[in-house]
Amino acid sequence: MIASAPRTMFEKIWDQHVVHQEPQKQTMLYIDLHLIHEVTSPQAFEGLRLAGRKVRRPERTVATEDHNVPTSDRHLPIADPISRQQIQTLRNNCKEFGIRLYDLDNVKQGIVHVIGPELGLTQPGMTIVCGDSHTATHGAFGSLAVGIGTSEVEHVLATQTLLQTRPKTFEARFNGTLAPGVTSKDLILYLIGEIGTAGGTGYVLEYTGSAIEALSMEQRMTICNMSIEGGARAGMIAPDQKTFDYLRGREFAPKDFEAAVANWKTLSSDDGAKYDRVEIFDAADIAPQVTWGTNPGQVARVDSNVPDPAAMSDASERKSAELALEYMQLKAGQSIESIEINRVFIGSCTNSRIEDLREAAAVVKGKKVADSVHGMVVPGSGVVKKQAEEEGLDAIFQEAGFEWRDAGCSMCLAMNPDKLEPGQRCASTSNRNFEGRQGRGGLTHLVSPAMAAAAAVKGHFVDIRNW
Amino acid sequence: MQSFVKHTGVVAAMDRSNVDTDQIIPKQFLKRIERTGFGEFLFFDWRFHPDGTTNEDFELNRPRFKDASILVARENFGNGSSREHAVWALDDYGFRCVIAESFADIFYNNCSKNGVLPVVLSKDAVNRIHQSVAAEEGYQLTVDLEKLTVSDSDSLSETFEIDSFRRQCFLEGLDHIALTLQHADKIDAYEQSLKSV
Ligand code: SF4
Repeated sequence: MIASAPRTMFEKIWDQHVVHQEPQKQTMLYIDLHLIHEVTSPQAFEGLRLAGRKVRRPERTVATEDHNVPTSDRHLPIADPISRQQIQTLRNNCKEFGIRLYDLDNVKQGIVHVIGPELGLTQPGMTIVCGDSHTATHGAFGSLAVGIGTSEVEHVLATQTLLQTRPKTFEARFNGTLAPGVTSKDLILYLIGEIGTAGGTGYVLEYTGSAIEALSMEQRMTICNMSIEGGARAGMIAPDQKTFDYLRGREFAPKDFEAAVANWKTLSSDDGAKYDRVEIFDAADIAPQVTWGTNPGQVARVDSNVPDPAAMSDASERKSAELALEYMQLKAGQSIESIEINRVFIGSCTNSRIEDLREAAAVVKGKKVADSVHGMVVPGSGVVKKQAEEEGLDAIFQEAGFEWRDAGCSMCLAMNPDKLEPGQRCASTSNRNFEGRQGRGGLTHLVSPAMAAAAAVKGHFVDIRNW
Repeated sequence: MQSFVKHTGVVAAMDRSNVDTDQIIPKQFLKRIERTGFGEFLFFDWRFHPDGTTNEDFELNRPRFKDASILVARENFGNGSSREHAVWALDDYGFRCVIAESFADIFYNNCSKNGVLPVVLSKDAVNRIHQSVAAEEGYQLTVDLEKLTVSDSDSLSETFEIDSFRRQCFLEGLDHIALTLQHADKIDAYEQSLKSV
């Protein structure tokens, strides 16, 4: 009997959402929650209009403005007319199709992957999609959350379903405990360094083990967020008491909460469930990580050196590393701690939640950002910002010399004036160090919030374990 | 969407792995609300210097690739951001097909919604194509989706795989949404079952 065979959490959620399946074809999955934003939705709505289609379940779609919004001077109109038009288009579309929107004037506005959990929209067992590759973030709650393209956004709007090829399952188990100063950001960068940026392609990752169980919900979100950087379609973590406690009382949490919890408790992978691939790591082996290259897999321990491409046996890896070092203006063999930075960005859907800000504030409290460094802190949502201000974190950052901004994606993708100038080197808590990601010619090093904060004070990378 | 049955065209080679969608279409062009007109921005930061002049060193700027309609790269093409603008840009620039050792998932999906055929070939086959492009100006390939083959006028003849549903959509240029809506009764039934729990 299939029903009695042990199943992974992914399989349980997948099976529960199959609307239709024909042999040899993609599966039609029902989508519980659809999140949209201004950048990847306009063409989808336009497609609906051209075809004379409606949004099937407007109440299952929620919109916010995040990618292309200013993070300062919000009282002024958006300066760039094309950005302004994009925001206005989202507002018009939401109005026309009856979709709830958290706009710039709403304190609950923020980065889509920050506000979903914050509002309690994100719940265990759900299928969640968004026209954004970091949708995997929501998997931290034991949901199946995947990033999609604009045509798929249109498909979900019109049908509330998505056609998906069934991915394989990949268990990444982290036994033991993380050392003091080592964060979930370091854990996920370490994993991507181990498996490579395409190591998870075709898989859904499930993170398991005592090191994962010990993490808070926000730390878990940081891990799931970067699943896509390892190529995985989604990342998930089994829901537990921490998940339930996080959701209880949130605005959109289920009304009959206890019944929901009873149901959520059945989601975890069964004992004996089989994964297509399993990798086991010891969390104690992980040191604070710093990327040196132009993809998140090009990463090293803070207490090591920039690697030498000549020592790499794989030709394509060697070529990538050579191009990366040239772009990053780094020398093979130089120590990571010797790399000097002049910009610091604390923000993005990876690390802009309240715990991230507390962690960074604890490092800079009573200290000053180095003269050579320009630091920015961009909270993930208006709610995070407010909470931080109530705790006095804004004062700590500003006294140290950081800019304290409004919520948005900001310099994570640098669509607006928040960006690096050519040649500027940045310690960033975001998730992508691609060429030019934070501004053309900008040089990005991905790190944890505490590592970014320490680099801001010293003007170069330092091992936070010795702070 | 536009159909893809069989295509013969000049091959442009990008001898790089991990070409990410931030490079294919940089973010400053994501503010547009149209689906068209992205071709001129394809690989913008690689094609043009910061002062706006053409970067002659960049592969696609070589005169011999001017009329290319097939792009061959290496591994993990299209990784990173989900932006479908990347596929719109490749399409608008004139590429009908991209050949690589592997693709990132979301990019692969996005291609199949736009009639730009993603073809996965072995490392060896991709190597051979790169060598042929280097050796012969105007080197052409024929990609045949009915026969599932990639061949040149010489000895290269490789087969590739694609799932049968996607293949049918490509061959007939089908609209995925219309296909799904043929099953509206099943979606209705599913939604009914949600209410009853
Ligand atoms: S913060 Fe960055 S990665 Fe996250 S949704 Fe915004 S642009 Fe995407």
